[in-house]
Amino acid sequence: MMRSLFLRCLRPLAAPVLAAVMAAAFVLAGLMAAAPAARADAAGDALALFASKSYDDIEKGIADLAASGHPQAIDILSALGDRRLHVAGDAIVFEDAAGTWHDALTGAALDGEPAGAKAVRANNRIRRAVDAALGQLTLMSADAGKRYDAALSVFKSRDQASLPLVRSALETEQDGKVKRALQQALAALTLYGDADETAKLEAIDVIADMGNQDALATLVGVPEPTPAMAEAISSAQDAIESSLAIWSGVQSVYYGISLGSVLLLAAIGLAITFGVMGVINMAHGEMVMIGAYTTFMVQEVIRNSAPFLFDYSLAIALPLAFLVAGAVGVAIERGIIRFLYGRPLETLLATFGLSLVLQQAVRTIFGPTNREVGNPSWMSGAFDLGGLTLTYNRMWIIVFAFVVLAILMVVLRRTAFGLQMRAVTQNRRMAGSMGIRTNWVDSLTFGLGSGVAGIAGVALSQIDNVSPNLGQGYIIDSFMVVVFGGVGNLWGTLVGALTLGITNKLLEPVAGAVLGKIIVLVALVLFIQRKPRGLFPQKGRAVER
Amino acid sequence: MSTRFTKWLAGAVLGATAMVGATAGAKAEDTIKVGVLHSLSGTMAISETTLKDVMLMLIEEQNKKGGVLGMKLEPVVVDPASDWPLFAEKARELISVNKVSAVFGCWTSVSRKSVLPVFEELDSILFYPVQYEGEESSRNIFYTGAAPNQQAIPAVDYLMEEEGVERWVLAGTDYVYPRTTNKILEAYLKAKGVAADDIMINYTPFGHSDWQTIVADIKKFGSAGKKTAVVSTINGDANVPFYKELANQGIAATDIPVVAFSVGEEELAGLDTSNLVGHLAAWNYFMSVDTPENAEFIEKWQAFTENPKRVSNDPMEAHVIGFNMWVKAVEKAGTTDPDAVIDALIGVSVPNLSGGYSTMMPNHHITKPVLIGEIEADGQFNIVSQTSGLIMGDEWSDYLEGSKDLISDWRAPLSCGNFNVATGKCGGSGE
Repeated sequence: MMRSLFLRCLRPLAAPVLAAVMAAAFVLAGLMAAAPAARADAAGDALALFASKSYDDIEKGIADLAASGHPQAIDILSALGDRRLHVAGDAIVFEDAAGTWHDALTGAALDGEPAGAKAVRANNRIRRAVDAALGQLTLMSADAGKRYDAALSVFKSRDQASLPLVRSALETEQDGKVKRALQQALAALTLYGDADETAKLEAIDVIADMGNQDALATLVGVPEPTPAMAEAISSAQDAIESSLAIWSGVQSVYYGISLGSVLLLAAIGLAITFGVMGVINMAHGEMVMIGAYTTFMVQEVIRNSAPFLFDYSLAIALPLAFLVAGAVGVAIERGIIRFLYGRPLETLLATFGLSLVLQQAVRTIFGPTNREVGNPSWMSGAFDLGGLTLTYNRMWIIVFAFVVLAILMVVLRRTAFGLQMRAVTQNRRMAGSMGIRTNWVDSLTFGLGSGVAGIAGVALSQIDNVSPNLGQGYIIDSFMVVVFGGVGNLWGTLVGALTLGITNKLLEPVAGAVLGKIIVLVALVLFIQRKPRGLFPQKGRAVER
Repeated sequence: MSTRFTKWLAGAVLGATAMVGATAGAKAEDTIKVGVLHSLSGTMAISETTLKDVMLMLIEEQNKKGGVLGMKLEPVVVDPASDWPLFAEKARELISVNKVSAVFGCWTSVSRKSVLPVFEELDSILFYPVQYEGEESSRNIFYTGAAPNQQAIPAVDYLMEEEGVERWVLAGTDYVYPRTTNKILEAYLKAKGVAADDIMINYTPFGHSDWQTIVADIKKFGSAGKKTAVVSTINGDANVPFYKELANQGIAATDIPVVAFSVGEEELAGLDTSNLVGHLAAWNYFMSVDTPENAEFIEKWQAFTENPKRVSNDPMEAHVIGFNMWVKAVEKAGTTDPDAVIDALIGVSVPNLSGGYSTMMPNHHITKPVLIGEIEADGQFNIVSQTSGLIMGDEWSDYLEGSKDLISDWRAPLSCGNFNVATGKCGGSGE
């Protein structure tokens, strides 16, 4: 009875409730069906913005696309950053790294480049937005390197939208290096977001521990710090600055060694032709230039016929540069210098003229403009060591300069040729009567000096212009090093080059590059006044020639 | 014997004189001579050789169209060999010995300063095609390159507005163009409210190749929490090692952009630009300008040089404009007499390669659009900004004490290169 009553009361209600429930189910189902459609629309709307001429629209398009969850958002955004994203009529298309064209909305491959495709406008602001968006999208990438880059770009962009992503990425991150980068990114986000003071103070500690320029930049720019935060920031800033000051001293010395190694390379050939033989060779710089152009030729051949060998191009260029420059050196000695031994002024003029001839010859053959010599991958980029940023190309050049010096030492002291060379330069007639073919030794010595200059050219092509004027920039410095170090002494050349390099680099931050150079030059002149034979003068009767 | 010899000698001398006279006479009637004063050897050959080629191409083309005033043009090319005093000597030779009607030449400011008195003394015409520091005005020189307000100032404005730059590094080679430009920029930035602490000025010697310290300093200066940019007036050869060091130390254009006033397509041809993408340059012309005039010019240029990869650049366009202006002025004046041509040149308008017209103003500078480009991976520039109208070259900067009251107007009756509007006197030089 009770039951029937209950049911009876309920019955009039049942219909509307049922309807409501069903409606809700429909709406839910509809929503579920509509969600991908809405997402596609969002992506479509975002993509449509890329056709705009205004950077504001494009920037908005990037953020919208990243938020739309479009499955190919990463590909599309990287294409935009590399200017591979194009507008063709109403469609947005992109070319993937392999060169295939795709429709951006559907991802479908197209056959060939669509007619009238124009690249989507991009400038630095757009590229920054792309980096930030890609940072968010690749936080969960399978590749640890990509996750690390993503964390760094979030750290840089401080885009608050990535906060939840960074948090969830931190929970699952296993890789220590990436994890640290993520923590730092989170700290930066916290500092620039609306977290409470305790969270921000903790974040300041995390950033302060980084101890580098980026940390300093992040801390200095923190918006509206509370008094406690301001105090934490300024003490962190002091700590970072004092540690950076120490590192910058170390850095100056390292840069000095690096400059010294370049001077050493440029001067080491001259230490033989001028130092050992006493020939004032003004065309020495042009031997360096010939070495650099040989590198260019080698790379050109490799680019055209065997691109996979590019990383070995320098190794191939080294012996060739030695041979080419050495052969030119031997030709110069046989053709000109041997008639001028003992007449330094004539030698100076003749070789100076020769240097102009060589420069203009190269200008006529290769043209007056710079030639492109690429850095192999192992010579590009930099790595951090403590507070130092060491670039690979400079580091390898330091290593290379010392290797060349060591080989040359061995050749001079431990080989028969070196012995003959020293014998001839110390006492020509005596050496001749001992059966040494002094003419040949002269030629080969000059060839060796020139060949070493050629090798220096290979190294210098990595850091300087490859142009007909390349050698001119080094000739004065080379003479300076050799005279300062003491004529005829390779150790002197080494010490001379490093001293000049380090002095220059220590003066540069204080006095500026121009004044620094002048001070070094004046100091050198004064030094030569006091000690005309340089740091390590040669001793013995040979000097009295 | 001796009489025969004397006779022979006299005959020979007479003959030679007659021949010289005849050729000189014939040439003077048939052709108008145009001097080309660009270094073909020495350090500046890298930039100037191209300009000589452009002049030869323009003259050849004009001759195909029938020359000027019914006469063919004849180029007279000399090589001042990047030697500043030699520029003056060669200029004198062109004007007095070769009797040229106008000279197109010079690149560096010091070479221009060296020839200026020669052109004024011998009353001839020089077209100078390179962007320069301003602060000069001569009745005999026509400046078809950019004055600072046509290059440096719009570039700084762009960085301020588009990139939100608040901290500035002004880096340059130590000579007159960077020094003056940086002085103007410093005054301009301060007028815009930039604090002195936010400006770092750095000079380096010519051909500086070890940039480690300076790039590290720039990096340090840039990490003060404010957006930083480098304004580079670094001269030609030092640029390659500078950009290489920037790339190696990992400074990307999105972190610290570098805007350069002396780096164009020719300079980038010697560089691997993949690491430089996004760094900027400000010019009045880029090879990538998308106009039919430019496409036609590039096609002709590559055909003339027989090199399908040959690039074009801003000073080349300046010569194109200058040459066409000269041709038009000569036709307007009906003579090649320098005084008549100098007067006729003012107000002449010719099409430039970016789709508009450039006009010679009374101050001997021209109107040009200003373009900002970002370096792309293929060594070309992606034009990210272009002034809507033309900018008139301003020879005396409004931002320098001493030159802001000066104007230049070479029209009669004023005819003065440094008229002081404050004192109302000509010759009121500021400094």
